[in-house]
Amino acid sequence: MNLHEYQAKELFRSYGIPIPPGAVAATPDEAAAAARALGGALWVVKAQVHAGGRGKAGGVKLAHDVEGVRAAAAELLGKHLVTRQTDAAGLLVSHVYVESGSEIAREMYLSLTLNRERGRIALIASASGGMDIEEVAQSAPEQILATTVHPATGLEPYQARELAYGLRLPAPQVGEFQALASALYRLYEEKDLSLLEVNPLVVTRAGALLALDAKINVDDNALFRHPELAALRDVSQEDPLERRAREHDLNYVSLDGDIACMVNGAGLAMATMDLIKLHGGAPANFLDVGGGATSERVTAAFELILSNPKVRAVLVNIFGGIVRCDLIADGIINAVKKVGVRVPVVVRLEGTNAEEARAMLARSGLAITAASDLTDAARKVVAAAARGRT
Amino acid sequence: MSILVNRNTRVICQGFTGKQGTFHSEQALLYGTKLVGGVTPGRGGQQHLGLPVFDTVRQAVRATEATTSMIYVPAAAAADSILEAIDAGLELVVCITEGVPIADMVRVKAALAGSATRLVGPNCPGVITPGECKVGIMPGFIHKKGSVGIVSRSGTLTYEAVFQTTQNGLGQSTCVGIGGDPVRGMNFIEVLELFERDPRTEGIILVGEIGGSDEEAAAAYIRRFVTKPVVAYVAGVTAPPGKRMGHAGAIVAGGHGTAAEKYAAFAMAGVRTVKSPAELGTAMAALLRRRAAAARALKPATAPGTAPARSPRVAKSAPRRAAPRKTARARKRRAKGRRR
Repeated sequence: MNLHEYQAKELFRSYGIPIPPGAVAATPDEAAAAARALGGALWVVKAQVHAGGRGKAGGVKLAHDVEGVRAAAAELLGKHLVTRQTDAAGLLVSHVYVESGSEIAREMYLSLTLNRERGRIALIASASGGMDIEEVAQSAPEQILATTVHPATGLEPYQARELAYGLRLPAPQVGEFQALASALYRLYEEKDLSLLEVNPLVVTRAGALLALDAKINVDDNALFRHPELAALRDVSQEDPLERRAREHDLNYVSLDGDIACMVNGAGLAMATMDLIKLHGGAPANFLDVGGGATSERVTAAFELILSNPKVRAVLVNIFGGIVRCDLIADGIINAVKKVGVRVPVVVRLEGTNAEEARAMLARSGLAITAASDLTDAARKVVAAAARGRT
Repeated sequence: MSILVNRNTRVICQGFTGKQGTFHSEQALLYGTKLVGGVTPGRGGQQHLGLPVFDTVRQAVRATEATTSMIYVPAAAAADSILEAIDAGLELVVCITEGVPIADMVRVKAALAGSATRLVGPNCPGVITPGECKVGIMPGFIHKKGSVGIVSRSGTLTYEAVFQTTQNGLGQSTCVGIGGDPVRGMNFIEVLELFERDPRTEGIILVGEIGGSDEEAAAAYIRRFVTKPVVAYVAGVTAPPGKRMGHAGAIVAGGHGTAAEKYAAFAMAGVRTVKSPAELGTAMAALLRRRAAAARALKPATAPGTAPARSPRVAKSAPRRAAPRKTARARKRRAKGRRR
């Protein structure tokens, strides 16, 4: 789960991580009031969306007076911001973050994330602040400094020092960096984060370290023990279909194509998308109904994939292990009767009670095409979608 | 022979009396797994499914001499259960549970490093040696005793590979689902090493997916150390970047972990890759046929050292080897000239 910058900065503040003074606002008036309360002569007004690349997309505006703050907020609020990380529709800006402007002497990059190869948390730094770390990794990998943390010992002072000297920070800032890094690690660990990114981390003209931006992803699997973080979820930033899927405990990802899929198991669901592509079609979604698929879940899944108006055909691909195919068939029949399917449905069922399930589908009298195997299923559904397009 | 589990493996179940633990323990017993007891804190001294229940893993191990545990404990307590099993000295721990927090697995990983325990999972279907021992949630009836070793990050895709190799008569030596989480116990490499050493395993099917670089590491390992034919499939060619595809570990992040990169790595390593999961079985069968034909062709006038690694002669002598790993590498060096 993603947090907004203003939510992440609230966490930073409570962990003693230095950030510029700022406040969140939902209306231009609130933004102006926030600017007045902050004081000073320079403010930054930042659109709060769950996507990077805000600066280049016009989501970050500078203002030199309170009216300028109000105008910037008015321009951003209620709009959909399109960045290189969003789709063409963009994301709704319902809040802006108003922050005191900082005098920047130097920009750096600092993040914590999982190093999958080592199975440990990595602290990553780069002297190139404000840039995508992936771009730096491509263009100047030697500039990336990293260290991994043993979970029993936590981040050791020497590890932070090594990075600080690697960044060529002057002596007084080395201690400051060490304190900041250890506070970030503590936050990462205590709140079960999966990404914590400070880009840029700046040195001000006065020589202080300051986290200018804050990006936080929380490990979804650990949300059960952080109800205070779970409450920060902003559903307006999520795909509506993906949100509905989550409510039904279904794994769903929207895609661009016109062939909807319903599959059990994440790997098989990906493989089914790939197969559709391989046979010349385009998948409309990823959908894993899970190992414990029941008749009700199959119905919910059907309603979900059919609510996408682009869908021209449906492929159901189930390998019944623990799940019995006859129960799935029952769910499909109920769903088709209940939802009223207007597009061709191709079904491939294999595994436990598959023959019985196929017979049930045949007996149902519904317009369901049975497929004999994976390849047959992909061919049939791609052909059906193509007919639907013409 | 087989890897990890066989007919003599003594298994306990953690989370024994829960709904999942009960159901899958019943299934395991029906399959013939030597399940000797289970653990549920607070239920020690009771009987469940006709087997003794213990409060702690250590008590269970002492009383039953179990060497393997399967875990069906809910996600919030799963890591604690794995750590308890490691501390009790079990050789193999199979954790089926899905949704274990990453931070918990980071701690487990550190504990594993100093132990003799092998962990499979979490978020996996488990391990099965067909006809002998089922430790997991896979449907037993699709399996058939045979010659193909299967290792996979995905549950239902493993079943596809199993189903196909059963249908074409090859069967499976052992199937290992290593799980879909970013931090897990055994990885492809550890399983490949065991399959390479296992005389029963004649070919290996590897099923990967997007995210991380474990497939690339596996490819590099295969290139150096694996002499048996390998067929690989990678799921997620069409997965959009930055989106988690069901499995916590299945995500293309920062342009890395794509299926294309992984396919390229396997191709470089001389692995037979298939772009459709429907071709796993036929591709394996074709490779094994070709091997067998090559072995027959070489047999009459065999120059020393040129015998293919997979010939029946080598397979028969393998169990006697004292240091199989070393031998496998030596064999690989000898066979190298012939590859590809």
